[in-house]
Amino acid sequence: MDAATLYHSVRLEQDKCKGCTNCLKRCPTEAIRIRNNRATIIRQNCIDCGECVRVCQNHAKVAVTDPVSVIDKFEYKIALPAPALYAQFPQIHNAAQIIAALYKMGFDDVFEVARAAEVVTYAISRTLINEDRPRPVISSACPAVLRLIQQKYPSLLDNVIDIVSPMEAAARIGKEEFAKKHGVPIEKIGAFFISPCAAKYSVVKNPIGMEKSNVDGVIAIRDIFTQLQSLAKGEMTPLDIERASTVGIRWAIPTGESEAVGMRHTLCVDGIENVKHALEQIEDSRFDRLDFVELLACTNGCLGGPLTVENGFVAKSRINAILRHTVDKQIQKTEIFDKAHQKFRMTEEVEPNEALQLTGTMAERLEKAARIEEIEASLPGLDCGSCGSPSCRALAMDIVNGYAHEMNCIFKLNERISTLAGEMVALGASTRFSVGGNREEPNEKLDNHAGK
Amino acid sequence: MMTIKETFPVTAGDMTCAGDVSARIKRQMKQVGVPAAVMRRVSVGTYEAEINLVIHSLGGQIDYEMTEEKITIRVVDNGPGIPDLKKAMTEGWSTASNEVRNMGFGAGMGLPNMKRNADEFQIESTVGVGTDITMVFNI
Repeated sequence: MDAATLYHSVRLEQDKCKGCTNCLKRCPTEAIRIRNNRATIIRQNCIDCGECVRVCQNHAKVAVTDPVSVIDKFEYKIALPAPALYAQFPQIHNAAQIIAALYKMGFDDVFEVARAAEVVTYAISRTLINEDRPRPVISSACPAVLRLIQQKYPSLLDNVIDIVSPMEAAARIGKEEFAKKHGVPIEKIGAFFISPCAAKYSVVKNPIGMEKSNVDGVIAIRDIFTQLQSLAKGEMTPLDIERASTVGIRWAIPTGESEAVGMRHTLCVDGIENVKHALEQIEDSRFDRLDFVELLACTNGCLGGPLTVENGFVAKSRINAILRHTVDKQIQKTEIFDKAHQKFRMTEEVEPNEALQLTGTMAERLEKAARIEEIEASLPGLDCGSCGSPSCRALAMDIVNGYAHEMNCIFKLNERISTLAGEMVALGASTRFSVGGNREEPNEKLDNHAGK
Repeated sequence: MMTIKETFPVTAGDMTCAGDVSARIKRQMKQVGVPAAVMRRVSVGTYEAEINLVIHSLGGQIDYEMTEEKITIRVVDNGPGIPDLKKAMTEGWSTASNEVRNMGFGAGMGLPNMKRNADEFQIESTVGVGTDITMVFNI
């Protein structure tokens, strides 16, 4: 997929943007520039992590998802709740109440993404045990991290596990089981992810590792929170579905996945800047002795997602109560588990995204790189963002790529104005006598300059 | 031929800055679009060399040169020099202190790792003078 045509959840609402530098400075891939007093997002570089959505005080950065009405496009509707959904509601500690509320909302069936996470876990463990993969193997569950690796750490794409995410697995199993149980064609069934995550919307529109997503819509948790909260409090008919165990629900918390995978040497890192740091170290072969690395773009993992309602830290502590109310403490294996490592394998290569690279022949790229160093050295090095680029180095790159001018730097501009003002004063002084042709004696300085 | 050249000083014992030079070189290689596999080998080699300078040497410098065909990393320090080069090139052999080992370094893989990752590797060392390492990586 051409990076330029990528579909993004994160957008800008132009009229709310004041052109401040908050998002500019926080974007982990330097995908934002301020031009004409407004932020612009460089689409190829955006990984939909939602950092700018969180940091924008004017709410000019928004994460777009499908409206709740998207479910009406299908005759049969299946809800795929992310385990993070369960931790959103104060005083509700039994996930069954939330699942029941989804039925009341109009879904014909609910397939817990946590249950699919158990299948995915099993597939990952088998792959790790039976196949020789470059270590550490990196989780493929967080789509913002996947896009980050494609763009900034392409040498690590071979380390990414080629098993689809729990969301994708849930959509597939959920639809197949529903079709079989009710004898209806799969095309008439829509699967809708109830999402804490903006990047999930983008990854459904532009899948990674597969041609087409099985998910038919992504609904933000924040958009159905109020409705679910009131429905969850009413009478509840007992659920007649296979429930996820604590193993799958724990995927909502950082370390949930790596503990479930069950290898001896694992690591979990959450928060996009921490993730970048870890990826640098993996690239330098410093984590070679680890088996599995779980990387989550959001602090507190999916519980800290930009589309959630509850504070991520509060949600994390509430998950523990939910786990206590969960009946099964171990994975209940069904026949789906047996072939999972084949069935849920990615079908397409995850390609590098070269948007950040210089263009041209190797010689041209080297020359540009040398110019970037030279320009960067001439800039003040304050990384203030006033020029509209996130750092002095980014400005140097923008200048070399023809997107910006040295005078975008206010310090350079200041310097230039001072010089010009000085020259004007000098010019004024030296031409004092020549105004109106009353020049009485030759001006040595001016003559010298003209002679050059 | 177009060449990028830079020299970075490395201070002995300064663990806060350890890794800065290899990170800068890596950033530039990525920007230029050096093939991922080569980029990784250079990163690993340079990082090991930089850590060695910080931990074992009395300070020194890293010279970095990139052309269309190859990347050359030269690491020169001001001593103390390696008494037994053959031993130092053996995997698992290390003179690192316990303090350094507790930080996860000093596994005795530094020099062998550099050699393994580079296409050409040269090392010269004189006790009391210093060590001079050249690594060449073909692009």
